Amino acid sequence: MRCTLSTHPTSAGARRRLLAAIGATALLVSACAGEDADAPTDDVEVEDDDLDDEPDDGDADDADEGGDADADDVDDADAGEDAFPATVTDSRGVDVEIAERPERIVSLSPTHTEILFAIGADEQVHAVDDQSDYPDDAPITDLSGFEPNIEAIADEDPDLVIAAFDPGGMADDLEGLGIDVLIFDTATNIDEALEQYEATGVAVGHADAGEQLATDTREDMEQLAADAPEASLAYYHELDEFLYTATSQTFIGEVYGLFGLENVADPADEDGSGFPQLSEEYIVEENPDLIFLAGAGASAPDEVADRPGWDTITAVQEGNLIEVDSDIASRWGPRIVEFAETVRDAMDDAA
Amino acid sequence: MTGPRSRPAGAPTPGSDASARPLLRATRAHPAVVFGAFAGLVVVVLAGTMIGAAELGAMAVARELLSGIPGIELDSGLSERQQAILWQLRLPRVALGALVGAVLAISGAAYQGVFRNPLADPYLLGVAAGAGLGATIAVVYGTGSLAGVVVPVLAFVGALVGVSLTYVLGRAVTGVRSATTLILAGVAVAAFLTAIQTYLQQQNADVLREVWTWILGSLTRASWGQIGLLLPYTAVSVIAILLHRRLLDVLAVGEEEARTLGVRTGQVRLIVIVAASLGTAAAVAVSGLIGFVGIIVPHTVRLLAGTSYRVILPLSIVAGAAFLVLADLLARTVASPAELPIGVVTAFFGAPFFAVVLRTSRRLT
Repeated sequence: MRCTLSTHPTSAGARRRLLAAIGATALLVSACAGEDADAPTDDVEVEDDDLDDEPDDGDADDADEGGDADADDVDDADAGEDAFPATVTDSRGVDVEIAERPERIVSLSPTHTEILFAIGADEQVHAVDDQSDYPDDAPITDLSGFEPNIEAIADEDPDLVIAAFDPGGMADDLEGLGIDVLIFDTATNIDEALEQYEATGVAVGHADAGEQLATDTREDMEQLAADAPEASLAYYHELDEFLYTATSQTFIGEVYGLFGLENVADPADEDGSGFPQLSEEYIVEENPDLIFLAGAGASAPDEVADRPGWDTITAVQEGNLIEVDSDIASRWGPRIVEFAETVRDAMDDAA
Repeated sequence: MTGPRSRPAGAPTPGSDASARPLLRATRAHPAVVFGAFAGLVVVVLAGTMIGAAELGAMAVARELLSGIPGIELDSGLSERQQAILWQLRLPRVALGALVGAVLAISGAAYQGVFRNPLADPYLLGVAAGAGLGATIAVVYGTGSLAGVVVPVLAFVGALVGVSLTYVLGRAVTGVRSATTLILAGVAVAAFLTAIQTYLQQQNADVLREVWTWILGSLTRASWGQIGLLLPYTAVSVIAILLHRRLLDVLAVGEEEARTLGVRTGQVRLIVIVAASLGTAAAVAVSGLIGFVGIIVPHTVRLLAGTSYRVILPLSIVAGAAFLVLADLLARTVASPAELPIGVVTAFFGAPFFAVVLRTSRRLT
């Protein structure tokens, strides 16, 4: 952040670099975990029976220990050695050939930590990065996925490293040490996310569970969308108090789209990153019916209600300010179903 | 910036030189320049009030503004929501832009005078780094509903701590006899505070965007409340600087020369630095680090209106206000309904404009 040295003769260059980095940051932050580890909520991954009408009632009790409940049974069959060598194509377009079933996985991506636990690979996960705060029994460490320390990662003696970013040529360095690396970029839509569930499953010897997780996640979300009231509602998804938001072009925006909700931010960013900063007066003018507060630094609902001029917005008048767990909303793991439930409930209240 | 050889108006000069370069020594700005600056301010304020991401219509806005005058009953046709947009969102934003622009510009001019250095800007002495660190601490450790309140407070405190550290360090080295020492101390303090800030930020990657948004500067969440907070500091700062406009002219001759004329240079420097830093810190607290205003505006004024601080300081207030209102108008309309960081606009449009002024004025003098 040398931009703060703005009087220095080189500050113009520094500022430029900073600006270039800003775009990347929007992505980084959107994928990045929030600070607070929230209490584990209900299990969402493969319990297809419970997820029709009232998913939060049915299975909340028995699944609090983490994401490994049922999936183990499903994939024990294909967890054997005969699934290997396996070849997985990651977001770099690299065909990574994995010779044997990985037994010491290091996950530098909170999303993929959640996926690994959801498909029953928890026994194989050796270490996860400092942002991987879910599930509770994930072996969290000081490792960073944003500023990776190659030596520290190698010191964990992993046979597979999964990450959502490849900063500073990390993948090449690790591969040079004989470690398999999979880079799965931040998913920009639901299909990409589900493909990553499947690919992760193949890579760690839980192919069936990965496929099942993808299928269930899609079906659960579609079911929730089908149950939602048919109403023409506009929403605004706030990432922080500077009014950064996510458009329909993003993963989270596509989930809202399943419910037929209209995103007020879409005109602001038709072909950009999908994370524009909106004008305050525009938000007030657009008069959203629902306001979702979803960022790590999001404001509290009463704070939003107190903003000058915002008391004229329908969502504020009707009390439709919904706090969303920023960890869930910024990742693209299977807990997205919980988020979809939140959206459905909010629509129930608003309609 | 005036070199050590250029003369202030009060200093004894050979008569021939006075007639040869009248513009450079004028202590009053040309009326046309003054008129232009005020007219420019009025135009951009009107434009900023009429135009925005919400389309209210210029006529409706005008009627609504008139109806705000006591005694005038006028139906503007604006809905309650549109009225809220105009009165509670757009007008405070224009006003805040004017206030921040004015204070950054006059502070920049004051710093340039005190340090006799054309590169000096209001962020020179660790104000920016200190404010950045304060804001980062607030964002990282502030929780939810408190964060919005704590950011400006800690940014303000951080800015003042930054300047104080610089001053103490500079004084410890040479007793503030040399302006250069202060600048170097500022570089050291800024680097140190920035290191801490970068570390904090890196340890808390989830708030990266918030911190960067703040650092790039923004008027997006302007409110009358912010203006109320800023106004007292701005007033004190501007008045204190204006009271020293003549002494800054004397200081421009040179440190030794000023002293032989009886100016207590150390004291003048201290007061002006404190005043400028106070105003800047308050501005930074509500709007983040908006770059370039403190450099480009005073220099443009200087090139167009003369080198006397009796001209530069008051005109910088007007020109700074106009410049930032215009920059913010662009920031919120170019990509409407999305926003651009205002720091991008001030540099992107300000730099070429400055280059043109620089070139034109070279030809003139």
